[in-house]
Amino acid sequence: MRRNRILAHAVLLTYTVIALFPVFLVVLNSFKNRRAIFADPLAFPDAKSFDLIGYQTVLKQGDFLLYFQNSMIVTVASLTCVLLFGAMAAFALSEYRFRGNMLTGLYLALGIMIPIRLGTVAILQGMVAAGLNNTLLALVLVYTAQGLPLAVFILSEFMRGVSDDLKSAGRIDGLSEYAIFFRLVLPLVRPAMATVGVFTMIPIWNDLWFPLVLASTEEVKTITLGTQVFLGQFVTNWNAVLAALSLAILPVLVLYLIFSRQLIRGITAGAVK
Amino acid sequence: MHALEIRNLRKTFGSVEVIPGADLAVEPGEFCVFVGPSGCGKSTLLRMIAGLEEPTSGDILIGGQRVNDLPPAKREIAMVFQSYALYPHLTVAGNLGLALKQAGTPRAEVEAAVKRAASMLALEPLLQRRPAELSGGQRQRVAIGRAIVRRPKLFLFDEPLSNLDAALRGQTRIELARLHRELGATMIYVTHDQVEAMTLADRIVVLNAGRIAQIGSPMELYNRPANRFVAGFIGSPSMNFLAAERSGLTPPAGAVELGIRPEHIALADHGIPARVTHVERLGHETLVHTDGEAGHITLRLVGEHDLPVDQPVHLRPDPARAHWFGPDGNRCD
Repeated sequence: MRRNRILAHAVLLTYTVIALFPVFLVVLNSFKNRRAIFADPLAFPDAKSFDLIGYQTVLKQGDFLLYFQNSMIVTVASLTCVLLFGAMAAFALSEYRFRGNMLTGLYLALGIMIPIRLGTVAILQGMVAAGLNNTLLALVLVYTAQGLPLAVFILSEFMRGVSDDLKSAGRIDGLSEYAIFFRLVLPLVRPAMATVGVFTMIPIWNDLWFPLVLASTEEVKTITLGTQVFLGQFVTNWNAVLAALSLAILPVLVLYLIFSRQLIRGITAGAVK
Repeated sequence: MHALEIRNLRKTFGSVEVIPGADLAVEPGEFCVFVGPSGCGKSTLLRMIAGLEEPTSGDILIGGQRVNDLPPAKREIAMVFQSYALYPHLTVAGNLGLALKQAGTPRAEVEAAVKRAASMLALEPLLQRRPAELSGGQRQRVAIGRAIVRRPKLFLFDEPLSNLDAALRGQTRIELARLHRELGATMIYVTHDQVEAMTLADRIVVLNAGRIAQIGSPMELYNRPANRFVAGFIGSPSMNFLAAERSGLTPPAGAVELGIRPEHIALADHGIPARVTHVERLGHETLVHTDGEAGHITLRLVGEHDLPVDQPVHLRPDPARAHWFGPDGNRCD
């Protein structure tokens, strides 16, 4: 028993180290000067190699706060839309019997299997036609579409688990369908919402593809796209790239911490009843 | 005027006919119990009365008013659920008062109603707690209180005692009977437990596969079951059924089967030959299971009896308590 636990922890620790190593390396090297990065990438910064030149470059490039802000707006807005509309669609699919319920569910599930990037050209044409290219709204719309299928799929499963009696009691007590959704059902599926939130948020924050295609002008650049200015064809400003990436971890880390308490409850919900 | 009237009510789910057509009238102040095996449509019937399920056709009248097109909240009903269905985010007081608050009742009135219901059910010390902090029995009392607060025309109970343990169930049953007396309200109660049905009901509606098999007082159902289904469903251990020619009694014209309750058949010197297969001693009574040419027969004997397994015995049904059924399963006298 004891030996098994030690073994299990050893395996988990090894995995944690492997998973965190690249992140650790990025943060570590963002505090070193260029020569030290290449001379000994694994060394900790010491008095000689410690250098904040990367951060200075990034922060001096005044647009970076704007990029941050853009990323934040796009991520939070998309996340809100995905959670709100995803939960509403999931409620409709799980709660109401109507013709085509199954088909609608399947249609939405299709989005999980077919990557939205296949439609990039059509999306770009559509956005240009609607005059939305180079706006943050374009990104929010695309990310909402990208996140909805999985959100609806996961949330509708959880909502089926919410007691029917509770909803019936609400109806008899005169709660509207919206009140039943927002006040009774949503609080009960909070762990699932957090799970969906994390799985939706991270790909959006990290995405390079759609900002590059749909919103590449200076004022709507996201942080991931903004970092690309330091990656040249011939010269790459590694200090700046690493510093920018280190900074980019922070907001997403904060969001993750907000969700994580709920997330763990969501993941273990089925395991320990 | 009936407190509740159902006229030719039908319900189908897709191609499955759950309720093929039900007619029923419940008088004001009556305690009416729907009983039947699981899947007989009793909960569906209740949910249609509550407005949670839409009938395929037919009419529902509450207090003489047709309510088919009214939402549940406007039907002046209250419902108690098997799973209690308390609002987890509200305190007991909040749970009790929500319906009145939704209906726009002034605050002082809501508080008075909550207080009144709480004192009826001894809930005062729990008013500020949340449902998660309550025991099963307390939760059920809150659920019942939530119904009382609304002063509905009709109380609906959907297997309210099924989640309680045996001791608490007995206690809550008596509590419910007391509430019914004190409130004088009309109550519809769904259960699959015939003990609850027999002890609580003024009138029992026995349902079988969506059809009403019989409506009557508990003793009517016990003494004069209208058909083989009701005869077999009411009473525990259930009634013995024997082919008429093996019963040792003279059947009336048209009867093919004898139904005799375990308490109405006795050991005798001669009669139906059988062999003891198992004996259950409960102290105040002894259940004897026998097997023979007439099939499996159960006897209920008062007091303690010492019968060895495999002993040959003779059984004699009490002719005055015999129930005769025709080939269609209906009672014939």
